[in-house]
Amino acid sequence: MEMGQFLAIFISAVFINNVILSRFLGLCSFIAISKETKPALAMSLAVMFVITMSSIITWFIYRFLLIPFGLAYLRTISFILVIAAFVQLVEMVIRKISPPLYRFFGIYLPLITVNCAVLGVAVLNSDMFFTKSSAVAGSFYYSLFQAVCVGVGYTLAMLLMSGIRERLELCNVPRVFKDFPLAFIIASIMSLSFFGFNGFKF
Amino acid sequence: MKKFFHEFLKGIFRENPTFVLALGLCPTLAVSTSLTNGLGMGVAATFVLLGSNVIISGMRNIIPGRIRIPCYIVVIATFVTLVEMTMKAYSPALDRALGIYVPLIVVNCIVLGRAEAYACKSSVTNSFFDGLGMGVGFTLALLLISGIREVSGAGTILGREIIKGFDPVRVISMPSGALLVIGLLLAFFNLIKRKK
Repeated sequence: MEMGQFLAIFISAVFINNVILSRFLGLCSFIAISKETKPALAMSLAVMFVITMSSIITWFIYRFLLIPFGLAYLRTISFILVIAAFVQLVEMVIRKISPPLYRFFGIYLPLITVNCAVLGVAVLNSDMFFTKSSAVAGSFYYSLFQAVCVGVGYTLAMLLMSGIRERLELCNVPRVFKDFPLAFIIASIMSLSFFGFNGFKF
Repeated sequence: MKKFFHEFLKGIFRENPTFVLALGLCPTLAVSTSLTNGLGMGVAATFVLLGSNVIISGMRNIIPGRIRIPCYIVVIATFVTLVEMTMKAYSPALDRALGIYVPLIVVNCIVLGRAEAYACKSSVTNSFFDGLGMGVGFTLALLLISGIREVSGAGTILGREIIKGFDPVRVISMPSGALLVIGLLLAFFNLIKRKK
């Protein structure tokens, strides 16, 4: 475990391989909920929380259940079930203990189960930080850190996009480009500018 | 027979999952760098759609309404695991190219969407043709996008060079090119719809 590795994960997850703009995970929510800044922020925070928690849980399941018993081929099924159950649980807890918080991002929670970013990060962690049959040194911290960084990358892309789209509301857009097509083209230009980080050397 | 044909065609044109319903865009954009990858993804997703549609509509009277989504997810994930293992065994190169996007078929909105919107209230044969049609529609959309991207981004078709000395537009095969192509295609289909 070294500091350099953490820096590399940070730069890679937030900028170079940005979860939305370069890996295309969670694209549906990115296009659908980025019309205004406030819901976009709520969605991003919810996604960040769920990604972090679910990658902790899936790490433990992969490390202590699937690998020792030779069940690695059950990865997809077990991960998605755990994520779905976890999201349901969080929704119930939030509704019970904090109604304002539930109103703030409760409606986005069920959507997150089928957000590819959550399962994507869990799968990515198990691909990157595990060798064939064991965890690499510091694997848990790397996984946790990568999950947080992916969440930060998601939030960054969401905030930029919603800022741009709020301004576009006031513009005169060709009718065939209204809404989705234009959102994709904006995302394309953003993705191009994020691609500039590719030459980052340290 | 005509009815089945109708179920089949609906997925290809009128309710095309990619261009009309805008579902399942994540894998569409990520793997559409070459025709081979697009075809591989399309066939894998079609198999999952077909299998999960048939099983779910066969069990539609047994599955309790309140926990139907987890049940659907288990069925879908089973088929995805089958695809994953088959692909790893018989075509490791394709498996490496598609990477994490194979397990991500589980959260592809098309599959869960068809289960929830169609298979859970239709007969097995109807669901079979619906799944087949949606799968073929998705594959055709993938082929269209990956065709455009391979020809203009790499200057090849199925890995073969078309014109000697043609300097490809590299940006099209990068992530930003995928977003640009899909944006322009969606605008194009909007234009056609408007003309009608």
